[in-house]
Amino acid sequence: MYGWTGKIARINLSDGSIKTESLKMSDMKDYIGARGLGTKLFFDEVDPGIDPLSSDNKIIFLAGPLTGTIASSGGRYNVVTKGVLNGTIAASNSGGSFGPEIKYAGYDGFIIEGKAKEPAYLWVNNDQVEIRDASELWGKNTVETTDLVKAATDDEAKVACIGPAGENLVKFACVMNEYNRAAGRSGAGAVMGSKNLKAIAVRGTKGIRVADNKRFLKAIMDARAKLKAHPVTGEGLKAYGTNILVNILNEHGGLPVKNFSEAAIFSGAEKISGEYQAEKYLVRNKGCFGCSIGCGRVTRIKQGKYQGLGEGPEYEATWAMGANLDLDNFEAISKANFLCNELGLDPITMGGTLSCAVEMSVKGLIPREDTDMELQWSDPDLLVEMVKKTAYRDGFGNCLAEGSYRLAESYGHPEFSMTSKKQELPAYDPRGQQGIGLNYATSNRGGCHVRGYMTSPEVLGIPVVVDPDATEGKPELLKLFQDLTALIDSAGLCLFITFALGLPEIAEQLRAATGVELSDEEFLQAGERIWNLERLFNLKAGFSKKDDVVPRRLLEEPMLAGPHKGRVLELDKMLPVYYELRGWDENGIPTGEKLALLGISR
Amino acid sequence: MHKELIVQPEKCTGCRTCELICSFVHVQEFDPTRSRINVFNFEKVGFSVPIVCQQCSVAACMEVCPVGAISRSDITGALEVNHDKCLRCKMCTIACPFGATIYDPIKDIIAKCDLGKGDPMCVKLCPSGALTYQEPTQANVNKRKAYAAKFKAVYEEVG
Repeated sequence: MYGWTGKIARINLSDGSIKTESLKMSDMKDYIGARGLGTKLFFDEVDPGIDPLSSDNKIIFLAGPLTGTIASSGGRYNVVTKGVLNGTIAASNSGGSFGPEIKYAGYDGFIIEGKAKEPAYLWVNNDQVEIRDASELWGKNTVETTDLVKAATDDEAKVACIGPAGENLVKFACVMNEYNRAAGRSGAGAVMGSKNLKAIAVRGTKGIRVADNKRFLKAIMDARAKLKAHPVTGEGLKAYGTNILVNILNEHGGLPVKNFSEAAIFSGAEKISGEYQAEKYLVRNKGCFGCSIGCGRVTRIKQGKYQGLGEGPEYEATWAMGANLDLDNFEAISKANFLCNELGLDPITMGGTLSCAVEMSVKGLIPREDTDMELQWSDPDLLVEMVKKTAYRDGFGNCLAEGSYRLAESYGHPEFSMTSKKQELPAYDPRGQQGIGLNYATSNRGGCHVRGYMTSPEVLGIPVVVDPDATEGKPELLKLFQDLTALIDSAGLCLFITFALGLPEIAEQLRAATGVELSDEEFLQAGERIWNLERLFNLKAGFSKKDDVVPRRLLEEPMLAGPHKGRVLELDKMLPVYYELRGWDENGIPTGEKLALLGISR
Repeated sequence: MHKELIVQPEKCTGCRTCELICSFVHVQEFDPTRSRINVFNFEKVGFSVPIVCQQCSVAACMEVCPVGAISRSDITGALEVNHDKCLRCKMCTIACPFGATIYDPIKDIIAKCDLGKGDPMCVKLCPSGALTYQEPTQANVNKRKAYAAKFKAVYEEVG
């Protein structure tokens, strides 16, 4: 077997059984790996109607065929489960070395079922898979947990775990691996928590082979040369990390402020920018496994009450817990981000939920006696305190732990929740980018930027320059982005390569590694197949056309100032075109013809 | 004068690309445990250190070898293992203070950095400039000094 190992371990936490199973070649060809193959396995095995926190839910950790090879930025794995935050199919993606280590242990991944009676962790040492007692680990943060698990297993083991947030079933708890990398969104950490599964440690000492050594080497040398030569992947992300986007989006007039309630221009942008971070706080760049970009930031706040050392904050976290709270205190944002990593929280939803609560409180919609502290804009201590309270569901943190939709709804005003399918929107105001708005509405896991990153063409002009305010042509471009992204996530590559690489470079690496001679178009079609299967899961889980929306504010309240002044998201102009392009009927349901073409059976 | 493989940990991003290409070139698999260079990531303090054979002038591996299987290449200056002579006694792996000489159980050979026969791919693919291959000039001495100062600072904070 080349690229893939072709094997998975199935671990049942209820009865303690552990089995090794072979994957079907047809599934691997059709769904590639990681996100796609994980979704296929999940779809075949799990009833979409289940409660995500019940023992009927499963959680799949899966690498891709390129994970652990020297492919361009090929160190990723996905966590596939039914998401806790919103009940959609969740494929949460992370880097670091955890995914590669799964492959070196001889597996493509693990399917974890049932629920352990007592806290447990998994120890995968090559062929040896054990369920171990984790009662000593329960309550520990992700740093302590990782240290303790490494001490009890192997210092070279790679550890993925949850923090207190996952244990306390916070709806946006994440899975952390190697201290600082996160499968961040959808609440995958709460699924682990619901199963009493604290951590997974993996150590592997086996090699991965590719089908054609010479051809693969040529493909990766070519891809790496392009990544090095491109201004974004070769310079921008290296120098300033993802926070390079702060000033860019601000100048674009698309950096949301105060829960999207004001013009998307932040007066404090400079002080939370990647340039400022590099000048004041950067220790060094950090690369995930095999990555030539190295966008990760090791950041140190040397003194004061927000002192700390860790990775990030990345752009989304900086925005969600900064501009979105009208806060330009980079030290407090960094501290909050370090805490999110340690406690195991998704900083996008954390910031989005707090921002929603502050807006409602300022408008008098949440009584002061409910909130422990006064909820106000621009308050660094409020942010840091509420992150802690949320992870432990302490006081008002118990409301925040439910995410902004449930919080706003419980006070009678769900319209203040800036979510799509109940998941918080990321750092791009869709009134200044029509395409990203269509992506928010149609994303298979709700509010998300990494399902179809339309910011690339609409703001950065990559790979083509398009008018951000235009609606024409956006459904076509978005479909391509969504399908290509599904392929990249499934291959085990990092999405950031797409600034410099396109379908031909990705498909060639896949062919040379796996020996599967599909054409570029056939690989792209695998991405489309994955997208449609995710859609089918969501439809069966009860989602429908009415959920393909964004908050009313973005459709009805025009942008107040800046380059996109007066604009709203014109979703109704794009959505029908998008459905038609996808081969879906007017209700957004894939037609029998489309499914037959893709080889999907309902 | 031979070129040297120079490691500057303060530039290393910890990505381990060097391990991947080294194992691929030598054993045609992606397997960091069989790479002749390894990067150790100290995640909690944000520091990474690549460890590789230093091609020592007075080399413990060469001195300790009972059959003279390790010798210096005239072309590259690398210490190379003659697998025909080698007894697999593994004394060199014990003697090397850096653990840079390893035993590969699958190939049943002593494996160590051979400087890519004068064209080290790890250097070619290192994205951060932490690995360079150059003649040991004064510039390198200066670089090492700069690194030593940084290492000292980090060591004091950690230690």
